[in-house]
Amino acid sequence: MSGSIPVSALTEASPASPVAPGLSPSRRAWLRFKRNRLGYWSLLVFGLMVLLSLAAELVSNDRPLLVRYEGQFYSPLLKTYPEKVFGGDFDTATDYHDPFIRQRLSEGSNWALFAPNPYGYKTINYFAREPNPSRPTLDNLLGTDDRGRDLLAQLIYGFRVSVLFALALTVTGVLLGVITGAIQGYFGGRTDLAFQRFIEIWGSMPELYLLIIFSAVFAPSVSLLLVLLSLFGWMGLSDYVRAEFLRNRQMDYVRAARAMGLSHWQIISRHVLPNSLTPVVTFLPFRMSAAILALTSLDFLGLGVPPGTPSLGELLSQGKNSIDAWWISLSTFAVLVTTLLLLTFMGDALRDALDPRKAER
Amino acid sequence: MSAPLLQVRDLRLSFGDHTVVGGINFDIEAGQKLALVGESGSGKTVTALGLLGLAQGARVSGQALLQVEQGPPQDLLALNEQQLRGLRGSEIAMIFQEPMTALNPLFSIGDQIAEVLQLKQGLSRSQAWDAAIETLAQTGIAEPARRARSFAHQLSGGQRQRAMIAMALACRPRLLLADEPTTALDVSLRGQILELLGQLQRQYGMAVMLITHDLNLVRRFADRVAVMEKGQIVEQGPVGTVFAQPQHGYTRQLLASRPQRNISEPPAAEPWLQASGLRVSYPVAKPGWRGWFSSGRFVAVQGADLAIAPGRTLGVVGESGSGKSTLALALLGLQPYDGGELKLGEGNWGGDAAAKKALRRQVQVVFQDPFSSLSPRMTLEEIVGEGLRVHHPHLNAHQRREQVAQTLSEVGLTEALFPGLLQRYPHEFSGGQRQRIAIARALVVEPRLMVLDEPTSALDVTVQQQVLALLQRLQAERGLSYLLITHDVQVIEAMAHEVMVMKDGQVVEQGPTLEVLRQPQHPYTRMLVEAS
Repeated sequence: MSGSIPVSALTEASPASPVAPGLSPSRRAWLRFKRNRLGYWSLLVFGLMVLLSLAAELVSNDRPLLVRYEGQFYSPLLKTYPEKVFGGDFDTATDYHDPFIRQRLSEGSNWALFAPNPYGYKTINYFAREPNPSRPTLDNLLGTDDRGRDLLAQLIYGFRVSVLFALALTVTGVLLGVITGAIQGYFGGRTDLAFQRFIEIWGSMPELYLLIIFSAVFAPSVSLLLVLLSLFGWMGLSDYVRAEFLRNRQMDYVRAARAMGLSHWQIISRHVLPNSLTPVVTFLPFRMSAAILALTSLDFLGLGVPPGTPSLGELLSQGKNSIDAWWISLSTFAVLVTTLLLLTFMGDALRDALDPRKAER
Repeated sequence: MSAPLLQVRDLRLSFGDHTVVGGINFDIEAGQKLALVGESGSGKTVTALGLLGLAQGARVSGQALLQVEQGPPQDLLALNEQQLRGLRGSEIAMIFQEPMTALNPLFSIGDQIAEVLQLKQGLSRSQAWDAAIETLAQTGIAEPARRARSFAHQLSGGQRQRAMIAMALACRPRLLLADEPTTALDVSLRGQILELLGQLQRQYGMAVMLITHDLNLVRRFADRVAVMEKGQIVEQGPVGTVFAQPQHGYTRQLLASRPQRNISEPPAAEPWLQASGLRVSYPVAKPGWRGWFSSGRFVAVQGADLAIAPGRTLGVVGESGSGKSTLALALLGLQPYDGGELKLGEGNWGGDAAAKKALRRQVQVVFQDPFSSLSPRMTLEEIVGEGLRVHHPHLNAHQRREQVAQTLSEVGLTEALFPGLLQRYPHEFSGGQRQRIAIARALVVEPRLMVLDEPTSALDVTVQQQVLALLQRLQAERGLSYLLITHDVQVIEAMAHEVMVMKDGQVVEQGPTLEVLRQPQHPYTRMLVEAS
């Protein structure tokens, strides 16, 4: 019989797709994401904020970035110099805000290049012209807190801690959630039953009391907080992943892969997992904002990061304690709201992006 | 001669810039049965929805004059939502393809029918209920008074479709739009539902517009036929004339798309697959508290004997629930069997991992639904090349790509027709093309036996014929054995050397295809053959 195939077989109406051929589903999703202007700009702004806060040492620091003193370069950013180097009396580390040192550094051909905001998060401005907490002045753009620390610096560093913490918490939560959900959904049956009962028991533990107890027993630290919150943070996601796996493992392409002789691991990683990640990706920004909020509220209650760590929650509680210093609560509140809003907008855009019923144009 | 009941002139429908229906004209006389035929995507369902003002988001233009009982004819397309609502149900009613989703799961059947009557005819609750029972009785549902209190999930597929018809006909509409009313049903039920529709049509003297892709249905049911292609009516006329002397090329193509028997007789050889007394069962929950402690077993296949020699096709035909797909899964080694013998070449699925893997290469599968059988997030190269990665791990990426491209060209997909073929994703292909990809995926590891589980039932008739021709050619060239599972006797007739008829897990009849189909012994086989 003839080996040729009627051409009409191949020219049958192909499903109407408004995009150029060859675009992968993820590329199409990105195009849809970009179509949501609010979400796209939120992503850009949030990315910029994260980048700036990652380079916080260059943006806000009490040490100069570079010093030229008597014909020599010094980089206080990387190295701690004793005061004697700059003509002081002591062996202790230099306080670059000391008027005497300032004067030495600006004499003759000496100069010092300071960061745009010349305060670190711990720097106490001993030379402030106003009592602590100081209202916004030219020295401290957003004012100081009740110990005389610059608020802008605290916000920048606090934002960084919050975002990094939220990122770590999201990553561990997603990893745990995806793994447990995948195991339950893919193998089903008794495995599923056992895991579900475990989750029910685990989920009914009083998380907050455990946190209080643990923060009393152990020295509080960011990593302890991360471990404790991760232990409870994966359950919500694992339910979604489980449901997706339960649905996708019945699909014919999984059966075909089994008939092809692929191992369970290959089937999970190549076939089921990529098709089950939609809820995971959609929830990422919301999980991030939930994590930021969790850290902030624990800090507010005094159960969070150890004292001395820059933290938005701690600033909020300061704002509550000295209600007259409106600039503390107001600016912290503004940072929090902006962050959470940006994350929510990004989440909305992601949800659009992963809904293939929306056109790309 | 009076004006036709419905007069459609220059009906156009578009979604955005995409024109779905491009200016069609047709008439339906009172009491006439018009069939609207076409393949999926030809715009036939949208036409019906557009007439009822139910095509959401579509731009509709044109004219559709409906003669109403009192008053001047109404242009359906010019009416507002409220006026249309008055006509829907009482003048025009519609029944849908899938009765399970078209019935509300939270109300009993009787409630839903009575609601229509209360709304449209202003009957009291008890009058409406009695009328509902009467309508149900007319659709041939046994014990209508008891069934009226049932919910959709408590009825069988046929009963649900009857209930749907009862609901649509409750107010004696003068025009019934039936959108693929039998497609979701088993073959034996299709005939009954069609008969019922015909009988009610005569009884009430209403007009019916039947939307279908099934030419058999048209031949048996309709007076007139209109053939749609890409949003245009390319031909219309009395059924007898159109079928006997099709004028338009597309109509001829549709009529000629009955699958052709074009299979060769391979030389006699030892069967490669042999099974005797194969029994497959799976656990089901027992009702009540007993289910807490033990589970029962549902026997899906009991005692099947079969043998397939190289180059031959065994067709398995039966209704949904007859155990044919379970049988396929057992032969594929995806479902353990718990009785009987199975021999695939030298071994069976009981061997160790290495033996199993070697056997996997020789038995491959093509599934029914071309949309769920390809992972949407993998490129063609990944999909087709996967078998090579598992069974020929020594190939490097370049060799693998070459072999993938060659196999794809063998099923008719080439770089020339689809630039960037290997990097494309399944969503860029139509149903028939996807089915070719699925065949290529199975073919690439050079199997000896291919299990084809309803390979064409999700496809349009013309595409179905092409895919079947491809399968026939591959069998002739490669000496492949097929196990072909289908509910469609025509496909069996075209493809199979031997046939096996299954019902409720039992093999009721088996033998050479033409013999069985010409002289069916078992009443069930006879019914299947007659229905086709």
